[in-house]
Amino acid sequence: MPLSPIQAPEEAPATSGGPLRLPFDPLLILAVVGLAVCSVVTLSSATRDLVPGQPRYYVDRQAVYLFVGVLLMAALSRIDYSHLRQFKRAIYALLMFSILAVLGLGHTARGSQRAISLPFFSFQASELGKVFLIVALAAFVVDRARYLREWDTTVRVMVAALVPAFFVIAQPDLGSGMVYMVIAMTLLFVAGTSWKQLSALIALGAVSLAVVLAGAPAMGVHVLKPYQVARLTAFLHPTTNAQKEGYQQEEAKIAIGSGQKTGRGAGATQVPLGYVPESHTDFVFAAVGEQYGFVGAALVLSLYALLIWRALRILTMSKDLFGSLVAGGVAAMLMFQVFVNVGMAIGIMPITGVTLPLMSYGGSSVITTLLAVGLLQSIYVQARASEALKGRVPLH
Amino acid sequence: MSTIERLRPSEPRTPVSPQLALRVAVLGGVALVMFGIIFFRLWYLQVLTGEQYVQQANANRLRPLAIPAPRGQIFDRVGQPIVSSRTTNAVQITPSALPPRGAPRIELYRRLGHLLGMSPRHIQALVAKSRAAVPYAPVTIKTAAGREVLTVLAERQNEFPGVSQQPVSIRAYPYGEMAAHVLGHVGQISVEELKQSAFRGVTQGTVVGQEGVEFYYDRYLRGKPGAQRVEVNAQGEAVPARLPVTQPKAGYSLKLTLDLGLQREGEAALVQGIGLANANGNPADAGAFVALDPRNGQVLAMGSYPSFNPNKFARPLTEGEYEALVGEHHHHPIPGVPPPLEDRAVSGGYPTGSTFKPITAMAALEAGVLSPGEALGGGQCIHVSTEQFCNAGKADYGALDLVNALRVSSDTYFFEVGERSNSHGEIIQHEARALGVGEKTGIDLPEELTGTVPDRAWREEVAREERSCEHRKHVASCGISDGRPWSVGDDMHLAVGQGDLLTSPLQMAVAYSTLANAFTHQGEGTVVTPHLGLEIDDSQGGLVRTLGATSKRHVHLNYSDLSLVMEGIHDATSQPGGTSADVWSGWNQAQHPVYGKTGTAEHQGQSDQSWYMCYIADPTRPIVIAVTIERGGFGDQAAAPAARLMASEWFGQAKKLVHGGNKSF
Repeated sequence: MPLSPIQAPEEAPATSGGPLRLPFDPLLILAVVGLAVCSVVTLSSATRDLVPGQPRYYVDRQAVYLFVGVLLMAALSRIDYSHLRQFKRAIYALLMFSILAVLGLGHTARGSQRAISLPFFSFQASELGKVFLIVALAAFVVDRARYLREWDTTVRVMVAALVPAFFVIAQPDLGSGMVYMVIAMTLLFVAGTSWKQLSALIALGAVSLAVVLAGAPAMGVHVLKPYQVARLTAFLHPTTNAQKEGYQQEEAKIAIGSGQKTGRGAGATQVPLGYVPESHTDFVFAAVGEQYGFVGAALVLSLYALLIWRALRILTMSKDLFGSLVAGGVAAMLMFQVFVNVGMAIGIMPITGVTLPLMSYGGSSVITTLLAVGLLQSIYVQARASEALKGRVPLH
Repeated sequence: MSTIERLRPSEPRTPVSPQLALRVAVLGGVALVMFGIIFFRLWYLQVLTGEQYVQQANANRLRPLAIPAPRGQIFDRVGQPIVSSRTTNAVQITPSALPPRGAPRIELYRRLGHLLGMSPRHIQALVAKSRAAVPYAPVTIKTAAGREVLTVLAERQNEFPGVSQQPVSIRAYPYGEMAAHVLGHVGQISVEELKQSAFRGVTQGTVVGQEGVEFYYDRYLRGKPGAQRVEVNAQGEAVPARLPVTQPKAGYSLKLTLDLGLQREGEAALVQGIGLANANGNPADAGAFVALDPRNGQVLAMGSYPSFNPNKFARPLTEGEYEALVGEHHHHPIPGVPPPLEDRAVSGGYPTGSTFKPITAMAALEAGVLSPGEALGGGQCIHVSTEQFCNAGKADYGALDLVNALRVSSDTYFFEVGERSNSHGEIIQHEARALGVGEKTGIDLPEELTGTVPDRAWREEVAREERSCEHRKHVASCGISDGRPWSVGDDMHLAVGQGDLLTSPLQMAVAYSTLANAFTHQGEGTVVTPHLGLEIDDSQGGLVRTLGATSKRHVHLNYSDLSLVMEGIHDATSQPGGTSADVWSGWNQAQHPVYGKTGTAEHQGQSDQSWYMCYIADPTRPIVIAVTIERGGFGDQAAAPAARLMASEWFGQAKKLVHGGNKSF
């Protein structure tokens, strides 16, 4: 029986003996599971003595967060992301509401108000806000797709990101605020905003950064808290600040350097003895570097490379612009966080309090990242379904 | 088609616009550059410079903690311990192992305080103070807690978390004040000492010798501290870790030349001599003695009175205690109170009175200005220009030859010798210096007197100093010198051991040793270097090295002249009219002939200083004894009886305190 090209394509998979089709991107899953395992393994030794008498305190909680996050990711991957586009206003409202709620009734952790305590755990609105922002902004950009060359669109998108970013920085959570701006700019970039406008945005960003860090304090206006400015600039002169702001970074560098090629394993001292502050959250990469050395660090970085590659690949696979933009936003978020966080630990970037996705201990960060990966999965699944309808089977 | 496509699955061909493709490529390029930078940086940190960070990490966590080495013991010449290191268990608190702050910790301090007899507040203060200084080190709460307390602590360890016992070494001087000036004491190394080359390699907090042989032989005694490395966390608290420990190396022990029996007898005899002087109405309150082996300079006994208890230095002295030791009150010297810390045997500078006469005699004989048979010094006094020089108590011994002049200690005879010597240059000074007076003896102690044998150049020098001092300070007189030039009277005073002569009992003992060993070697004398160290042994008793300085120089003395001088001072102890014949009455002169000379040094406005120098011959145990008692009166009355007590001890004779009645200088 000759096969007709117009044969219903959905039948073909059922009858063919083709390769097993998974309802998700296996490489993305590999990267996520790999990073989750790395996180648990690293935290199990790095946090052993953090809570006296409870060596597994952080590991158990992180495992639960990862498990819940993977469930949410699986659930999200089964939903067609394109439906989210119609809820863009509700999602943006939810983003603003949660951020303002934190400012209003959040509790203070280490001098900054970031989290709302819920009965089971406290969640950081600014973390979850990253996903909300990606979806809402992507939908907004798609709506304005025809007017992308206009300044008006660019300004509106940037304002829509700047408003929540401003309140997040006011919490103060400088790192997440910067992530918001990077997401917005990447969305515009992927959507096709002109190079001229993008260049102008970058120039404007550079000028405002200079004003915030140097200009305004000189005039007596403190946009950022003094400790934030000190942290941001400490990496520029590590030795003079070895006792103050540069201390964390210097100790993290010592931890990573002392790991050498294959790590110190059980002989590690910098992280287990507490010389690297926040070694389970912001400086978790120092724990990896010290215990598992260059080999371990390279493995973790390879998994991130895989993750980011898949995000960019899914961007190009997406059946529509909305999916491409969401994937681009997720890719930008991951790239920025990985580079800033790892760069901070190895002393080439300022201390900004950005978490290392999936590796850093913390429910908000883990679940946010896994939700973002869930969106990628959904885009992947929908793209494949759409390809199958067109008779093409996207596999990887 | 679709089947082929299904069977040969290809990459999806989504309609990607060239613009999107470019922009995704840019994003991918950014990611590539980003990972490139991170990998390069990681390679640099971990592979290229990793070793340096390992060292930094170790420097972070490892803190060295010295384990004090047990200090070497000090023995007398036959191996009886004089100084030891007692090991006791100190009660210590390890701050990191304490119960949490607040009520549980205060309760522990209360319980511990009750057990040790200390206030909980005091314990808390000790812990806080020590933590501020060395955060990871255990804090010593009490060094000598007693056996019962230690047993309680050991048995009920779970009731005292963080409290432990640590063996510590404490320097012990079981004989207290005995030989304190010779032995010295120990104490934590001072900031100044840390900079000295003698203490190179010694770390802060180490207990080192501070005076005496404890100081001089410290590099042997101190040992090598062990090292324990403590792993500390970021809070500076010690964490339990098995790190290799370098055990301390015990210090070597020091065997001294001192004879414990003679030393103890010397100290007792000096006190008895002072008692005799006091009974005679002399306000004696200080003195010193030296006993040397004239053959090699070994110090058999040496002491100074008043003394001090070196055990007192085990803990820091109070201001008052320190002032008492140096004879001060509110930083001002107390007149008439001899400071106990001063070592009069080595650092005391005195005129010697008539004990100097044998030196004068030898000088004049050697220079040929005196013939032994010549009779000189008749009458009570000698008149030179307007001055008159008289015998003690204006006695008239008549004109005597050398031997008899020494026997009765005729001052007029020696005034004439001095006058005659002066016209032949500085022959007395030359002889005194040759025999060992007026120069450092080289004894193995940190400090000693240089002394003065006055001569023309010295007089000019002090006159010059006086003038420049007066000029500088704009005062009428600095009291250094009266500015007059050298005169014959200076030499006449020196001839009888008076005037500006300043020497120590130790220097005189060296000079008499030189005479003594020249006498036994046909005039070939050796100027010995007195020394206290005999040998250094390791902790198992094995010999590390023998100590003992080579003799300083040889002197050649005319044997027949020397024999006459020795005959003179032997007669002084054995013949009727001899200045110390009373004191030596009953002594077996045939077995142990005594060559001794009394001395009575005059000090303006004070009681006379009693001196006695003697050499007692013996084929195997010869000894030279020097005794001086400040404000003790005549030599025969205080110093000589003490010397006889020491000689009796040394030769195993019955001790007999004889009060001499001779009143000559």
